[in-house]
Order: sequence, then structure tokens, then C-alpha cells
Amino acid sequence: MNNFFRKFYYGDIPEEKGGSDSRTRVSSPGGDLKGSSDWPLWEIFIRSKQGLDHKHVGSLHAADAQMAIENARDVYTRRMEGVSIWVVQSKYIHASNPDDAKSFYEPAEDKVYRHPTFYDLPDEVKHM
Amino acid sequence: MNKNKIDYILHLADDALILGHRNSEWCGQGPVLEQDIAITNISLDLIGQARNFYQYAAQLINGSGNEQTTEDTLAYLRDNRQFKNCLLVEQPNGDWAKTILRQFLFSSYQFFLYQRLQKSIDDHLAAIAEKSLKEVAYHLRWSSEWVIRLGEGTAESHERMLKAIDELWMYTGELFTPASYETLASTPADSTDVSSLKANWEEKIKSVLNEATLPYPQTVFMQTGGKEGKHTEYLGYILADLQFMQRAYPGCEW
Repeated sequence: MNNFFRKFYYGDIPEEKGGSDSRTRVSSPGGDLKGSSDWPLWEIFIRSKQGLDHKHVGSLHAADAQMAIENARDVYTRRMEGVSIWVVQSKYIHASNPDDAKSFYEPAEDKVYRHPTFYDLPDEVKHM
Repeated sequence: MNKNKIDYILHLADDALILGHRNSEWCGQGPVLEQDIAITNISLDLIGQARNFYQYAAQLINGSGNEQTTEDTLAYLRDNRQFKNCLLVEQPNGDWAKTILRQFLFSSYQFFLYQRLQKSIDDHLAAIAEKSLKEVAYHLRWSSEWVIRLGEGTAESHERMLKAIDELWMYTGELFTPASYETLASTPADSTDVSSLKANWEEKIKSVLNEATLPYPQTVFMQTGGKEGKHTEYLGYILADLQFMQRAYPGCEW
């Protein structure tokens, strides 16, 4: 009766779910017991080709950084999406609070002059 | 056309197809989502390699007679005794530890085999090996990581790895025992001397088992026969699964 889901905001993930830097030997493979619920969450960033920046593509569970990179390779680059992978433990992502949206973002709404739309961009410049 | 060479290519194809099929049995059942995808990716790599070899074999077979052989007839319409895969790849998946160990033992072998094969004087085989080697290098890396994780993991995972070694080690000798068509195969002679791959293979296995705190197995009696068509009972079940549709509804497509 007391079951409930606890939702973590990024930056709010407890230490024990945050992963480790070195290879973790402990895992619960073989489909027994809890499976991936033991493993911390990782955020995955993929660079789709040289010269572009890494983009967030999703998250996955892994026991450590090494496994996170390999899992990301299998989960997110099977269709040739990438040439480079970054992984970051989700606990190290600090996020703005949705409750602050009004004071954070709305003041920018009426300031169109901040957009660089008043310049002529040469055709050669891509990815702007 | 050289029958030994065709048999040799079929042997390479059958190894890849049967292990690919075994791994595909994990689809939807992997221990965690990410590993389910990983093992089925490996499965697809292996089946892709099998296709390349079957296509080449079919081309050689058709060249020597007027039979209409295709990659499909080779995969779906040959009987148990005609399959030339080694016994290791047809062994049941067991638990994750056994699947991992089977992949590790086989990928290590395949890695050194393809390394050699890519220097083959047969351009076609060399090209297939070169393309496949990149995939196998990853399979080897992935399975090595898992052997180490499980070996040095919990008491239970360590125990399961020991059990897997116990169950699979007896099938490793066959990898380096040349089959009749291997010693006589004329074309890629330089690349088929499998016994010479053994030293590299042992070194690789030793270093990973050592890191995994698992003992290198004692010498045991080695089972052989698969490469000559004498299989364990498991292959029959695999083929029943694999071939039923084509046998029951010849030529069916979907």
C-alpha cells in the first residue's frame, strides 16, 4: 500500500545511484533479482560527425563508465549515428528548477534584438 | 571446383550462422535492456558474416556445375550431417555466464582466424575477413569485459563462470584441430593452418581469465566431430527451429 514512485530531478540523484569511475565488478547479470535497477543512470552524448558538437541522445543504465560507453555504442550508434561518445553520470548533471521558469526565461521573450537576425550570414556558414 | 575449399567456406559460414542463431535466442530475454541489444547486435553481425560466406560458397558451387544453389538453400536446406560448425557454437545458451564465455572463447578464436584470413591469397575471403574483423574485435572486447566483470563480481557470478568453464572447455580443442578439408584446402592454405593460432588464443584467454580471477582450466579430453558433421544433439533442435518454415512451405517468402 505504501508503494510510490520517487522521481529524481537531474542534480538530485542520490550518491549510491550515481555510478563510479572505475570498473565495477559487482553486477547482477543472468536475469536474476533486480537487473538494471541496481545500476546507475548515465546520460549519453553522441557526436554525429567530426566538427559537430556532441548532442544529448538519451540515457541508459550501466555499472560503470566503461560499460556505459559500450552500452551507448550498442544502443545509440547501431545506425551509424555517431563517431564519438561521451557519457556522464546523471548525478553530475545539475538542472534548473522548473519552478523558476518564469524568472529565468520569460524576461527574454520581448528582447528580439538579442537574436543575430540583423546580420547577413555568408552561405558557407553552416550549423548556425 | 575445389570441394575442400567449398567445405572450408561452408565451415566458416556455419560457425557464424549457428552462433548467431544461438545469440538471437536471447532477443527479448536479455538480463537488461542494454545487454539484450548488445547480444542481438552481435547476433546480426554473425549472421551477416554467414551470409557473405554462403554467398561466396554458392557462387563457387554454381560455377562448378549447373545447380541453383543460393545462400538460402545452403542455410535452410542442408541436413545436420552437412553442417560443419564446431561443437562450441551449438552449445545451449545456459545462463548469461555461459553465453558470455562461449562468445569470449569463440570471438578470441575468430579474431586470430580472421586476422590470418585477411592475408589469404583468395581475395574474396580476404575481403570478407577484413570487413568482419572489425566486428569481431568488438565482440572480443565486449565479451572480455563481461568475463572480467562476472569472474571478479559476486561470489555467485564467479561460481557461474567456473561452471561455464567446466561445461565449455572441452569444446575448445576442436577449434585448433584441422578438419580434413582444412589440411587439404588448396587455395587459402596459408590461412587455414588453425593449429598455429592456438598459442595466440591461449595467451589471450589466459590474460583475461587472470584478470577475472578465474583459473586457466586443466587439460581435459577434447570433444571433436562438429567440423566433420558429427554434432551434439543440440544442432538438430537448432535446425528444426531455423529450417521449419522453408521445409514445410518450400520457397515461402514474407
